[in-house]
Amino acid sequence: MSSAPTTTKKIRVLIAKPGLDGHDRGAKVVARALRDAGMEVIYTGIRQTPEMIAEAALQEDVDVVGLSILSGAHLELFPRVVEELKKRGVDDVLLFAGGIIPDEDVPKLKELGFKEIFGPGTNTQDIVKFVFEHVKK
Amino acid sequence: MNELLERFLQGDRRALARVLTRVENETEEGREYVRALFPLSGRAHTVGITGSAGSGKSTVTGALAAEWRRRGKHVGIVAVDPSSPFTQGALLGDRIRMQDLALDPGVYVRSMASRGALGGLAPAVNDVVAVMDAFGFDVILIETVGAGQDEVEIAGTALTTVLVNNPGTGDDIQAMKAGIIEIADILVVNKADLPGADTLVSQLQALLTLAPAGARRPPILRTIATTGEGIPALADAIEAHRAELERSGELERQRRDDARHQILAQAQSILLERIRAATPQDELDALVARVAARELDPHTAAEELASAVLGTPLRP
Repeated sequence: MSSAPTTTKKIRVLIAKPGLDGHDRGAKVVARALRDAGMEVIYTGIRQTPEMIAEAALQEDVDVVGLSILSGAHLELFPRVVEELKKRGVDDVLLFAGGIIPDEDVPKLKELGFKEIFGPGTNTQDIVKFVFEHVKK
Repeated sequence: MNELLERFLQGDRRALARVLTRVENETEEGREYVRALFPLSGRAHTVGITGSAGSGKSTVTGALAAEWRRRGKHVGIVAVDPSSPFTQGALLGDRIRMQDLALDPGVYVRSMASRGALGGLAPAVNDVVAVMDAFGFDVILIETVGAGQDEVEIAGTALTTVLVNNPGTGDDIQAMKAGIIEIADILVVNKADLPGADTLVSQLQALLTLAPAGARRPPILRTIATTGEGIPALADAIEAHRAELERSGELERQRRDDARHQILAQAQSILLERIRAATPQDELDALVARVAARELDPHTAAEELASAVLGTPLRP
């Protein structure tokens, strides 16, 4: 027997790692922090292509997509993720990224639509706060 | 008809995703979609995959979906993972085991959090499955949360229930206990390449011989889901189960049982909502304090609440 339903809208987040680096500690830490903040976090694992990320975002109807990358291929891969999302009509999600991303690349990524880029040493609570503040209600 | 529903009916996957969110959130709009789409459901073969955490449910689910794709079927997957009882957050990780399906347009995977439901599923899972059914998937695989002994709700949602077992997880008395094993239409021994697989198969066989005469004996199949071994035979067994249900007339009986169960479950939650809405917080707090202090028992407290809303005392 199902218990009482919770009818409140949940924030759904996709945390994904594009590209070939297999270091997903950071992605997992962020996923866990968002989970502990009461969000429903879909984690897809490592080595995701831009198509896979966009398709997962579509099927799961997430409100937020967070990408983690440490390989240095962000300028290569992130535009393709954005393009694949657009191709599928997923144009209203909050996008953010984290990992090893040089400061000079940040403006380019923001121009692409990434609302924020979080570097190493970021307090996870800042990411939680960021999502709550910017997610579309 | 609204634009979203129109796109849904044209087969737009984005529209499906959006409708599912509203249905999952149990909003009024979501209920409207269920109302509109329910008459179109009932065609898909709904298959429940259950078993303990780590038994390989997601891998079996992914492998089965791939097998049905090879057979030309469209496959929907609903994968449920637990919500935190403290923060209501959830980490939904079932897609990790389904990477091969990620870009197949004939497969649609939706992760759901259990959102406080206790039976191994999620509060809106029946509605979500009905909506996916109405979208036109031939097979819908429903993966439960890691289920221990008593998470039997899946049997009321799926036509065919598959219980995934592993070697080395307990003696035969574990399997003799009542509960989840009784709802299995098909028993799978996954990770069949591990030591102990033969022992588990014979234990399960021995257990089934204890069933009363005439009782249906679920087939036992061995799989190694990571390599796909045994998966085609499992898909065959699942299809054979549905055929058997149709032949025997059991399908109709099962559908009626499920409908009855769902109606009563909904009625229960409506009543609970009504009681909650009608009870002033301080009144509830006062009852809580009296029960916590052992001045009042919980049954009497609940009857007081309920009779205040329903108008009549439950006990004359």
